[in-house]
Amino acid sequence: MIRTLLHRGPDAHDAYVCGPVALAHARLSIIDLQGGAQPMSTRDGRLWITFNGEIFNYVELRQELLGKGHHFATRSDTEVILNAYREYGEDCVHHLNGQWAFAIWDEAARKLFLSRDRIGIRPLFYTQTRDSLLFASEIKALLTCRDVPAEIDLQGLDQIFTFWVTLAPRTAFKNILQLPPGCSLTVQGGEVRMRPYWSLSYAESADCGDPDEKVLARELLGLLEDATRIRLRSDVPVGAYLSGGIDSTVITALVKKIANDRLRSFSIAFEDGEFDERRYQEEASGFLHTQHSNVCCAGSDIARVFPEVIWHTEQPVIRTAPAPMFLLSKLVRESGFKVVLTGEGADEVLGGYDIFKEAKIRRFWGRNPESRWRPLLLKRLYPYMENIQRQPVAYLRQFFRITAEDLANPFFSHLPRWHLTAKIKQLFSAEMRDAIAGCDGMGEMASSLPAAYDGWTYFAQAEYLEAKYLLPGYILSSQGDRMGMANSVEGRYPFLDYRVVEFASRLPARTKMKALDQKHLLKEACRGLIPESILSRPKQPYRAPDGKSFFGNTAVEYAEDLLSPAALRENGIFDARAVTLLVDKFRSGRASSTKDNMALVGVLSTQLLAHQFTNESVRESIHAHVGY
Amino acid sequence: MHTLDIEGEIRSFVITNFLFGQSLDLQPADSLLEKGIIDSTGVLELISFLEDRYAIKVADDEVIPENLDSLRNVAAYLTKKLSSPV
Repeated sequence: MIRTLLHRGPDAHDAYVCGPVALAHARLSIIDLQGGAQPMSTRDGRLWITFNGEIFNYVELRQELLGKGHHFATRSDTEVILNAYREYGEDCVHHLNGQWAFAIWDEAARKLFLSRDRIGIRPLFYTQTRDSLLFASEIKALLTCRDVPAEIDLQGLDQIFTFWVTLAPRTAFKNILQLPPGCSLTVQGGEVRMRPYWSLSYAESADCGDPDEKVLARELLGLLEDATRIRLRSDVPVGAYLSGGIDSTVITALVKKIANDRLRSFSIAFEDGEFDERRYQEEASGFLHTQHSNVCCAGSDIARVFPEVIWHTEQPVIRTAPAPMFLLSKLVRESGFKVVLTGEGADEVLGGYDIFKEAKIRRFWGRNPESRWRPLLLKRLYPYMENIQRQPVAYLRQFFRITAEDLANPFFSHLPRWHLTAKIKQLFSAEMRDAIAGCDGMGEMASSLPAAYDGWTYFAQAEYLEAKYLLPGYILSSQGDRMGMANSVEGRYPFLDYRVVEFASRLPARTKMKALDQKHLLKEACRGLIPESILSRPKQPYRAPDGKSFFGNTAVEYAEDLLSPAALRENGIFDARAVTLLVDKFRSGRASSTKDNMALVGVLSTQLLAHQFTNESVRESIHAHVGY
Repeated sequence: MHTLDIEGEIRSFVITNFLFGQSLDLQPADSLLEKGIIDSTGVLELISFLEDRYAIKVADDEVIPENLDSLRNVAAYLTKKLSSPV
């Protein structure tokens, strides 16, 4: 199993087998390069651990545990987890500040304890066979076991083609589960028990009060500075992603402020000007005096690496955006870096996404549906999207139209996105439609909402949906961990320090979005720290060239093969005739809409996934490749 | 060109281009937007098709649901447009 994961840990690998348990580990050496080898045990051999990730407060926690009489043989954060477990038992996770997936075997209690970090930064998958429980950081490791069948989970696909993600613990593979963020799992005496230890929570609308914005801004900056400081703990050099937006520029500025050395920064540039942000990247880099490198990405690059990207995402995607992230981490690794700090998470916790603004406008309009000028605000939503700008207001009105039922729907903010995405299901085959006929993803999601959800502000509800589902299920996995680890690069996210997340969740919505000013408090907090031009620039979400990358001059043979009627019929998920019409639309250059692009990327990535993971001959070659 | 022929052509374009071959029991008076057949940018594709196929120019102030939001409305709009002097 571990051989399939050497990209996550190319520096060393080892295993520990004792009685009913086998732990394996592939190491990316970052902290305590000499002493941190794994699997690691306590001196008495009672506890064994395999751990992927970082515990950033391990210095303070080590000190605390020393004070309680624990002994340490290494300087690693791994040993800190072991002693924290010895001291606090399963509650040790409450003392950890970091990003982790670990398994501890407690020999005396004959208990296996698995845990995943609060936000879901590091992945942890598991499956049960007739007589065992198997777990790993990636699904492909589980699939090397011959009694773990590789089957696409059709209900998982139904969810991805609505929400962009599966609803944890479900994954894109049948009977393979993910441990949800903020959860632990214990296996003892033949019983498997999952327990949440942390969850997102927001202030009740009446609790927000009227706090002093300047005080809040200072507090936020203080938290971010400390979150950045502890994320610089590393025995190897640390770099930074610098996208040209506010979030990564703030983090880069804080790194400079704390470490004040010659920092290396990295970014993605695009040949296509619609997506390119070089101007702002260069401005930020110049202002902060970083040594900057970028990888320039064209549609042909996306098409070239897309199969490898899907091999790592292990789930269909409906945007090509992970592909440039893959190329970026490759650049980082080739530049000699294993660790980067990024601005990921700011949009989710501090109110940065356009979907929050869109929901605010739609609700404002919903208060007076007959208003002629309120829908004009919709034009201000997406200034960077040419298609939207060219649309007549009458049609924008229709697209974003609001009904009384919508206003009462708990998912109001996300309905346009989910409805648009779900249109891809028009391409499903009749058999596939039959198979998912009884699926009710929205019902499943509704039944899992926390009891307090209805009492939160509309803004907090939208934030929750982003942070609970899209963040761990897509942003931190398909664009984050999986693209970084594909090239043995670890991402660290100060905005996702749980202290920042909890602080932000208590903030009144108006401090995050003042009128339509996104991330208002963050901008106030970092005024003077980053260039004013970046602070005041219009938001441009990270996007990449989509469907057209696979056609025309940049056409690739594998796309031609996998989108052929024969290949589509072989997998049976999509209707060959319908997909052929879509493909023809791209070949003739007529496809331009968001729906068409999402559909093409969704179909192609699903075909790649099925081909790479479930096709028996391909599986055989994977087994051969890893020596099984 | 007869209005019914035009309606047939528009129907064929809509089914091929937006519904990928599935007619979904599309009726002449169905609202393309309300039925979710044309998405937020689909109207621009429809306009491009009309301009290319029928050699007309759709003016900005003609881009309204009353002209373009059902097969029947599009056919009526086109018939009128094609019969009016340039």
